[in-house]
Amino acid sequence: MITDLAFYVHIPYCARRCGYCDFNTYTPTELSLGSDPAAISTISHSYIDLLLQEISHAQRVVEETGSSARVPTIFFGGGTPTLLDASDLGRVITQIQSGFELAPDCEITIEANPDTITPEKLDDLLDAGFNRISFGMQSAAPHVLAALDRTHNPDNVERSVKLAQQAGFKELSVDLIYGTPGESMADWEQSVDLALSLPITHISAYALIVESGTKLGAQVKRGEVVMPDDDQTADKYLLADEKFNAAGFDWYELSNWAKPGSECRHNITYWQGGDWWGAGPGAHSHIQGRRFWNVKHPTAYGQRILASGNPMADEEILDSTAQQSERVMLELRMRSGISYENFDAKVIEGLGEYLREGYLVSEAWQRGRLVLTQSGRLIADRIVRQILF
Amino acid sequence: MPAIPLANAPAPAQTKPEQIRNFCIIAHIDHGKSTLADRMLGITEVVEQRNMRAQYLDRMDIERERGITIKSQAVRLPWRSGIDGQEYILNMIDTPGHVDFTYEVSRSLAACEGAVLLVDCAQGIEAQTLANLYLAMENNLTIIPVLNKIDLPAAQPEKFAEELAKLIGCQPEDVLRVSGKTGVGVEELLDQIVAQIPAPVGDASAPTRALIFDSVYDSYRGVVTYVRVVDGKLTPRDQIQMFSTGVRHEALEVGVISPEPVVSKGLGVGEVGYVITGVKDVRQSRVGDTITMHNNPAKQALAGYKDPRPMVFSGLFPLDGADFPLLREALDKLQLNDAALVYEPESSAALGFGFRCGFLGLLHMEIVRERLERESNLSLISTAPNVVYSVTTGDGKEMTVTNPSEYPDGKIEKVEEPIVRATVLAPSEFIGTIMELCQERRGILLGMDYLSEDRVEIRYTLPLAEIVFDFFDQLKSRTRGYASLDYEPVGEAEADLVKVDILLQGEKVDAFSAIVHKDKAYAYGTMMTGKLRELIPRQQFEIPIQAAIGGRIIARESIRAIRKDVLAKCYGGDISRKRKLLEKQKEGKKRMKMVGRVEVPQEAFVAALTTDADIDKAKAKAKE
Repeated sequence: MITDLAFYVHIPYCARRCGYCDFNTYTPTELSLGSDPAAISTISHSYIDLLLQEISHAQRVVEETGSSARVPTIFFGGGTPTLLDASDLGRVITQIQSGFELAPDCEITIEANPDTITPEKLDDLLDAGFNRISFGMQSAAPHVLAALDRTHNPDNVERSVKLAQQAGFKELSVDLIYGTPGESMADWEQSVDLALSLPITHISAYALIVESGTKLGAQVKRGEVVMPDDDQTADKYLLADEKFNAAGFDWYELSNWAKPGSECRHNITYWQGGDWWGAGPGAHSHIQGRRFWNVKHPTAYGQRILASGNPMADEEILDSTAQQSERVMLELRMRSGISYENFDAKVIEGLGEYLREGYLVSEAWQRGRLVLTQSGRLIADRIVRQILF
Repeated sequence: MPAIPLANAPAPAQTKPEQIRNFCIIAHIDHGKSTLADRMLGITEVVEQRNMRAQYLDRMDIERERGITIKSQAVRLPWRSGIDGQEYILNMIDTPGHVDFTYEVSRSLAACEGAVLLVDCAQGIEAQTLANLYLAMENNLTIIPVLNKIDLPAAQPEKFAEELAKLIGCQPEDVLRVSGKTGVGVEELLDQIVAQIPAPVGDASAPTRALIFDSVYDSYRGVVTYVRVVDGKLTPRDQIQMFSTGVRHEALEVGVISPEPVVSKGLGVGEVGYVITGVKDVRQSRVGDTITMHNNPAKQALAGYKDPRPMVFSGLFPLDGADFPLLREALDKLQLNDAALVYEPESSAALGFGFRCGFLGLLHMEIVRERLERESNLSLISTAPNVVYSVTTGDGKEMTVTNPSEYPDGKIEKVEEPIVRATVLAPSEFIGTIMELCQERRGILLGMDYLSEDRVEIRYTLPLAEIVFDFFDQLKSRTRGYASLDYEPVGEAEADLVKVDILLQGEKVDAFSAIVHKDKAYAYGTMMTGKLRELIPRQQFEIPIQAAIGGRIIARESIRAIRKDVLAKCYGGDISRKRKLLEKQKEGKKRMKMVGRVEVPQEAFVAALTTDADIDKAKAKAKE
């Protein structure tokens, strides 16, 4: 049997850590490589070797089930994947290609830091097989970037997106963050307008989440930084949604908008409960109701790979209740919504209230599906809780 | 060494009244009564050094933690007087110190001939101590004034000796000075107890009369009744009879506490000890009652028996509705040990099934709630405490209202509320502040006396309802903790009262209804709607909150609909994390009560019904 298996490849390195970020990524200083960002190159080659071994391990796991897998999408995230040489990243793609069948239209995405982009780099990435590039733009306002503790120059975004288009990338995305402390409505509008002025096909926009254990988290906890009011953040979502729509970008997940046909197929796999293998430290995988994840630190990851080839830290088998919870939680986020026909009468009755208050699309409701309206998307978690308990 | 080895000490039932001294210690919380009692146990060697622990006599955890005595104790201490070299038996009766338990205190006092008035010499006398001192004086007890904690650097023995001397009419130099902590002066105090307090007087040949001054339920032994024999004697196998009910029991065991129970051959005139009859409920062996013999009953009971009367009522509801049977069981169990606790089932639209409970006062209420939660592992919501109102309706019908939700809706002819006489002791710099507070609370000044140059006693008549509602907290905070309060009921008075209802989305929430003075209805409504706006989380629709008297809205607030309740990101590794968060939120939802369509966190009920200080706590909890 041939099944689809997407790949997520984690690159756990950054030149420096941004104040709001709690991702599993490490700076040269944290890895005791000194403070020079270029130091990453001294370990990147051997790190890729480890990834190749994990991919061989994935291949064995799939073969043991007696099936074979076709790879519809590959996503390189981080960290900062563009810190590494394109040729090294290409070795990973080659390894996946040799162990599995790559779909002819395989979507291969790389997350890019605008500061690391040169025309040569872009050519190399295309040569390595990448066909989609996603830039971390976050904001057009320098004081907002400073509040996020981002280092990139906003002008670099415009320059690097245009370079990527010129180099031949057809699918281009930018990430925006709203609701940063100190961000005015005008700041946000400026960011949205700048993003829409670029030759992109896809936009992600996220309300800032303050994570404990980050620099920003500590600042908020100490009261040095005050998070903006949730109502203003909601208004920013509405503003962005209106502008994206007007520019021909349709929402397909509540934080993602795309030109028709340019939706990120890799992320849709996550939300539709598809199978994927996450390679690299701390990466999560999901195969047929089983979730498993790797040890978090790159050093531990390397040790595991070298010792047994299997870097898994732990796993979780989802029972039917957990699977149902995840399905509701994820599919409700998408424009396709979810069928409510199998729900309890009591749950449906409770949802009727959300319909009346305008949080659910009534045409979809008539067809037996829950689809969130614009205001409904803003309270999606609440509606999920209404369904699940 | 004036201690007497227990084996050689005069035995119960064989101790002559002349050898007995019965005394209690009157003291305020923190003035060191338990430490002094511990020291006495040590010096008389009834407790070996290695078995000693702090607050030896306070048996309940709650007593030790709060540093208060809820139930009385009576300890038999053998002592050889350092003055005349004779052997004596000292019975120390440890009494509760709080205003809620005044009746229990008065019965303990009635079991004694003398009282040690113990005052912290860094703080001076407090209102409750003064009230108990007056009680002791009314009972004709010999008072031995003692200043404690003379080892403290902040001690002002001269100043407070003067104050005590003035209060009881002795010379300042007659005031003893001790330190329960170091033991200084404690032997001398024991000698003075022997020298000053009269021996008990009774008729050994008359029909038995023994005063019950406490009654404690023990899960192994049933009710243990503490008694002081006045006339005759008590021996095991006696067929005894309760004077108030005429019910007969067999005395299965008679003994003394020293300080662990020791079975004895009996108790004679003037002796203090315990009787076990096998009854399981303290209401069958009530404080203040007289025990006599079934075959040869006394003609007259000892004076002073009263049925306990609840003064404050509050609804107690299990947080989880399924715990209702457990709450009933817990109350039944607690009542075995608390004759003053009354309760009956109640149902609230907002809180479900629970009990309307009557208490002696606020401390009693707090203790009951805490014991229910602790001993039966229950989580409870208690509604705002209220007093008992006598309401006469327009058609001349009279009714007693113990619950605001029972307050009649139609025309009301007259409402009467309980009134107390309150005594406040404080440094004189706070006179203005205290008078202002009492005035705000509808108080009428009765008088004011200086206890010393800078300490004053202020007396007011106040509605009990005003005291029940955070008066004590206000008094403490406005006087930086220096003022102390005591009060006693003095009857009822007519007042201009109204019921204020709180409505969420147009629906009355019975748990928030309150009976308040007409002039304060608006303030109450504004405060309550404001509090609820803070405490109830935003929901997917707007929630109007209103306060109303009958059909008239007197205050309104509104909780706007929530705009944003979503986490923006949900990719690969976020999924498990998010599902687990959902599971946690599911637990949180169990702590919500549905009031109509509105989810109200338990904390909102608690905080709305208590004082401002609790709101921040509740908010912090609600955010978890």
